[in-house]
Amino acid sequence: MNLNARIPSGPIEQRWDKARFDLKLVNPANKRKYNVIVVGSGLAGGSAAATLGELGYNVKCFCFQDSPRRAHSIAAQGGINAAKNYQNDGDSVYRLFYDTVKGGDFRARESNVYRLAQVSVSIIDQCVAQGVPFAREYGGLLANRSFGGAQVSRTFYARGQTGQQLLLGAYQALERQIDAGKVKMLPRTEMLDLIVIDGKARGIVARNLVTGRIDVHMADAVVLATGGYGNVFYLSTNAKGSNTTAIWRAYKRGAAFGNPCYTQIHPTCIPQSGDYQSKLTLMSESLRNDGRIWVPLKQGDTRTADQIPESERDYYLERMYPSFGNLSPRDIASRAAKRVCDEGRGVGPGGLGVYLDFSDAIRRLGQKTIAERYGNLFEIYERITGEDPYTVPMRIYPAVHYTMGGLWVDYHLMSTVPGLFVLGEANFSDHGANRLGASALMQGLSDGYFVIPYTLGNYLASEKFAKVDETHPEAVAALAQTQSMTKQLLAIKGKRTVSSFHRELGKLMWDFCGMARNAKGLEHAADKIAGLREEFWKNVNVAGEAGDLNQNLESAGRVADFLELGELMCHDARVREESCGGHFREEYQTSDGEAQRNDESFSHVAAWEYQGPNQKPVRHQEELQFEYVKPVQRSYK
Amino acid sequence: MNLTLHVWRQKDVATPGQMVRYDAPNVSEHMSFLEMLDVVNEGLILKGEEPIAFEHDCREGICGSCGFMINGIAHGGFKNTTVCQLHMRHFADGDEVYIEPWRATAFPVMKDLVVDRSAFDRIIASGGYVSVSTGSAPDGNALPIRKQDSDLAMDAAACIGCGACVASCPNAAAALFTGAKISHLAHLPQGQPERKERSLRMVRQMNAELFGNCTNIGECEATCPKGIPIEVIAGMNGDFLAASWQERPPVEIAGAG
Repeated sequence: MNLNARIPSGPIEQRWDKARFDLKLVNPANKRKYNVIVVGSGLAGGSAAATLGELGYNVKCFCFQDSPRRAHSIAAQGGINAAKNYQNDGDSVYRLFYDTVKGGDFRARESNVYRLAQVSVSIIDQCVAQGVPFAREYGGLLANRSFGGAQVSRTFYARGQTGQQLLLGAYQALERQIDAGKVKMLPRTEMLDLIVIDGKARGIVARNLVTGRIDVHMADAVVLATGGYGNVFYLSTNAKGSNTTAIWRAYKRGAAFGNPCYTQIHPTCIPQSGDYQSKLTLMSESLRNDGRIWVPLKQGDTRTADQIPESERDYYLERMYPSFGNLSPRDIASRAAKRVCDEGRGVGPGGLGVYLDFSDAIRRLGQKTIAERYGNLFEIYERITGEDPYTVPMRIYPAVHYTMGGLWVDYHLMSTVPGLFVLGEANFSDHGANRLGASALMQGLSDGYFVIPYTLGNYLASEKFAKVDETHPEAVAALAQTQSMTKQLLAIKGKRTVSSFHRELGKLMWDFCGMARNAKGLEHAADKIAGLREEFWKNVNVAGEAGDLNQNLESAGRVADFLELGELMCHDARVREESCGGHFREEYQTSDGEAQRNDESFSHVAAWEYQGPNQKPVRHQEELQFEYVKPVQRSYK
Repeated sequence: MNLTLHVWRQKDVATPGQMVRYDAPNVSEHMSFLEMLDVVNEGLILKGEEPIAFEHDCREGICGSCGFMINGIAHGGFKNTTVCQLHMRHFADGDEVYIEPWRATAFPVMKDLVVDRSAFDRIIASGGYVSVSTGSAPDGNALPIRKQDSDLAMDAAACIGCGACVASCPNAAAALFTGAKISHLAHLPQGQPERKERSLRMVRQMNAELFGNCTNIGECEATCPKGIPIEVIAGMNGDFLAASWQERPPVEIAGAG
């Protein structure tokens, strides 16, 4: 397998400029002769489809939701980073690059991250021009805040709905191209397979979710922007529909999967309240600016918070990490919460929660100030839990939030299958082993607005394309395979529901491939998952029919893929014998319980190659070079 | 608590539907309304029946996918709350709950509680954007915007496109939805060059989709889960009127050289 990342030579500041000059261009008159498929309509897919349409390509864009405006990018709350240095506080492209590489625990590719920091400034300009109502100062200029422990204020935001406003900007640009006839939008259509002809991605198989009809769509290139796979854990902050199907089926057609085990667990989510729980809700990280996190000193303490005196409380983050305290990075704060709950000191139902207490801040600043800062979040919390955070401390617990892993891509964002490009959270890309707050939106839009328009053009201009259509044997075979899988799922008529399998998988993943992992647990989970998958194909009960709007069938196909992906994640986590970022291996920690990276053996990307059903995949390595930011141990003490 | 549900069941757009009664036993007060339906659906699947189809995705009140009538009120009638954020503690043991899809000519029922809201996309496609192609933007701070204007734009831009306004309106008007986008862009300098054409095109598209007319009833504002103010409709009407007044037939302009 060829893992040539195609990184341009020369000083890092000049690499993207050099690449842009070296990339071949498609003559404006020829662009309309190329057909491009974009799967997904979130920040990455929506911005890519709109921009490619503007350039003149014939674009078909697919999403499974009823409208491209619903993609899960919409739920991002906090903000988007950009190295504008509008605050004159010492930010620069280089600093954003440095922070992102370090924050990713030295497991990201330097050249990609540098480019991301460079184009971040253009993203803000583009979004402002589209009419995104970013927060402003009284003088009329853009406001910034510091986010996720960054030392500079580089985060742009639109109240607590930054993701929504950025997505609507991209969606409106996309609708403009739909109106202009340059993009054909296929909502309620789910990609179920990738068609590879003569080694190149040439189309997809997709199911119309209303009529159930499965069709082949051919193109000269395929762009996947289908988001992350956090729902392999069943409970996560992802939308219910978020899934791995598009990238997983591309993996089975030859695209390498990079670092599948890198999962980000967000420390501040509302804890689970019962078995029926369908998803977890994130409470913005900004709450940690004023809230103090604590648990009782005593195990199994069942008193209510107000009955526990100050002397019997453990403000454990302040105790363990005195210089960062409650603002410690996401991975550190999450693990610490798990540790105190494992010790039997958790609060709330099931003991899976810690307090986030605003009483000191309310005493210091007054309830009015706290309401101005966090009023909408307190409302969300009260709506869900029925408790008033002004009088009772919030209960929070970590939850799966983002997956840094994804399909392996080179500097051009092309996977190991020529002509298959992967953008946004769906690729393994720029965040290494841990993503910093407010960086996901930046990456999605960078890939879609400013990278793919150049690199895709280069691919199209460099290759010769044989004329192929739906009657090509590969297309016919892929279509038949998808139809037969659908039939098979409906024919099993077993005794267990799709959700029951998904829940069981999620629990295995959370217990053994979650915040803390060890070799024994990972091997156990991989075995269990293989067994569960076998049972799924014998005993699942999928309701309804194939030729119909059938949400249960949609879900069954996605869970079938999660049941394969989960096993790969366990293998990947097992082989990576170090602790870094979101991947904490219990065997590899310092004497005071901190993550211990192993740069000698693991300063690389693990890229997995599919070998066939129930065959062990092959692990390849792309070595990472750190020419500019020298790896150091992260310390937040 | 134990509830009795009456749910609209409809196979597809062409087949007539009907209300069907279901028991929802042992409902926890901590469940969301959709989680309660999840549990009912699990039971239906195990009994070999088809689960109730309903639209949902983010389940945190921002994607706009979910929404149906609960006892005749869009999203159940709790302030600033979508059905995915509505929790069962607001119901009592023994309640009978009537669940129906959005009803509007422009929103055909596709299955059970799922309706086709693509008319909203077509309204946006007819002009709900600023025509700025990628790469041509000036610096973000080149054009200062009064904070108050930016805040008003944001108030309108908060619309999630769920369709509750249409479902609540006795005329099935989409004026709140369309007005929200027109108002968002009208408050910003970036929206000015196309302001008149935008209002003409979007209002005409709205009418072509067979949404009804606004008669200032105000149900839309009352049930909007994002609290979009009804003023946006007045803004839309003002822009549309002014633009209609000044409208001239397009002039053919010869090309250069």
